[in-house]
Amino acid sequence: MKQQAADILDTKTLTVQDAIDKYKVASTKTWWQKTGNYRIAFLYLLPSLLLFSVFMFYPMIYSLYLSFFFTDAQGTASAFVGWENYTYLFQSAAFRNSVGVTLLFVLYTVPSSVIIALFLALLANEKLRGIGLYRTIFASTLGMSVAASAVIWLFMFHPTAGILNAALTSINLPALSWLQDSTMALVSVAITTIWMNTGFSFLILLGGLQNIDEHLYESARIDGAGYFYRLRRITVPMLSPTLFFIITITFINSFQSFGQVDILTGGGPAEATNLIIYSIYKEAFIYYQFGPASAQAIILFGAVLLLTLLQFKFGEKKVHYQ
Amino acid sequence: MKRKMILYALLTLAAFVMFFPIMYAFSVSFMTSEDILSRRLLPSSPTLDNYRDVLVSVPILHYLMNSFIVASTATLGMLIVSALAAFIFAFIPFKGRQAVFLLFISTLLIPWEATMIPNFFTIQSLGWMNNYLALTIPFFALAFGTFLLRQHFKTVPQELYEAAQVEGLSNFQFFYKVVVPYAKTSFVTLGIFGFLTTWNMYLWPLLVTTNDTVRTVQIGLRRLQADEVATNWGLVMAGVILVIIPTLILLAAGQKQLQKGLAKGAIK
Repeated sequence: MKQQAADILDTKTLTVQDAIDKYKVASTKTWWQKTGNYRIAFLYLLPSLLLFSVFMFYPMIYSLYLSFFFTDAQGTASAFVGWENYTYLFQSAAFRNSVGVTLLFVLYTVPSSVIIALFLALLANEKLRGIGLYRTIFASTLGMSVAASAVIWLFMFHPTAGILNAALTSINLPALSWLQDSTMALVSVAITTIWMNTGFSFLILLGGLQNIDEHLYESARIDGAGYFYRLRRITVPMLSPTLFFIITITFINSFQSFGQVDILTGGGPAEATNLIIYSIYKEAFIYYQFGPASAQAIILFGAVLLLTLLQFKFGEKKVHYQ
Repeated sequence: MKRKMILYALLTLAAFVMFFPIMYAFSVSFMTSEDILSRRLLPSSPTLDNYRDVLVSVPILHYLMNSFIVASTATLGMLIVSALAAFIFAFIPFKGRQAVFLLFISTLLIPWEATMIPNFFTIQSLGWMNNYLALTIPFFALAFGTFLLRQHFKTVPQELYEAAQVEGLSNFQFFYKVVVPYAKTSFVTLGIFGFLTTWNMYLWPLLVTTNDTVRTVQIGLRRLQADEVATNWGLVMAGVILVIIPTLILLAAGQKQLQKGLAKGAIK
């Protein structure tokens, strides 16, 4: 090192460029080293990219492909039919019913899920002794699997042995046929779903509430602002990114409900709870109609995509980011 | 004072409503069939018969074991695969990284159910039916997990990365000696999340298991319910309790962690 520096000082007569050329150490960075970042990136990203390709991108494209074909019972595409699967679906009363039921289900579950979770999160955000226990209880349904939840509710909905009808009759109200009546059945499935959703939404919203700067509340309190004023002017605006996230997630979850339908109603009575995923499942894995089932899957994909994009576009403006 | 009373009243009422189904299932699991028929809230003489019967009549321990193997393997795989990708997005710049990142984001737009039919065929042609591989490998890559970890990795001070390079640490050494310990908490968050979601999977195990070899406990529960419902609700509830205990304990232990970690990963 020292020797090199001395050499450079000795060569005052040379122009700078000459000096650089003369003493430039031949770059130790070979092509191999320069592409180092690419190689390491490739290596580390390979597992993810490989799995995404095999289990997400390829099947998405293949679903699209299948939706234009008739298939045999093994799922091999046998005849190209163009848009026939789609036109068949839109003419089929069963599919139209399924879409309607799904939309109604979304309407039943999304607003109530979010409002209940927000209410619980606001309560559990108070600094009180023993609040930890309440938080754990409110979050508990996050640990409940769809199978376990649905089985418990199935028992509670039971027309004669169920506790819900026992409670109704004990206060002199008529017993309900929770799962046997076609209007009530969807409501019952929705109740189960709302209950299951609450744990996750609650936990996320509580996290959001705790991220709000305490000082905002303090200065509002000094100004004499009441609880509901603070809620409307500080809490909700500051929480809006989290709320926005939860609304989107709940929406998509509702669209994807399956297990509770499978266990509670099997899509009935009279297809009244035949949500879209259940309809795809039956079409594909019970009737082996993979073409129409794939067309339904593509429509589901389109709907979720549209919803996500719409929510981003619409939500973005109303959301207050810190 | 009055405000506190109201708050406690509301909290307790809400907790009762939320927790009732779980407590009730717990209570029913100790009831005799007479108790159940008379729609009691609490067992008149608590009995463990339902637990004994469910263990004898259904391979529920085998199902639990399967679920445990599936959930831990899937979680571990998810952590490793996501961490590797997150490391690149946090530390290794290269031309086109943004495009790859967008590719990851795009997977969030694909609902898993829209791909299940071809995935089912893929599993069949790989010969993975009734095999743990089908229940774990497809869940290793997770865009959400990658983003969550990347978010935390980015808080590693740049000086540490430079120091590591001066010290002559290779990227991989830096990764597991510095980054992984530094972001331990986000690994715990993602780990709990991964375990809960894979333990609770329903539709996919229903499709890819046709016998008991690798069948998970959720599908076991469905069969138990379908077989036993007419005769014995107590036994079914004992099964339910056995299934939810592991995840409820995990949740109670990791709830604070989850709440902080998920909120961070979700928003920023």
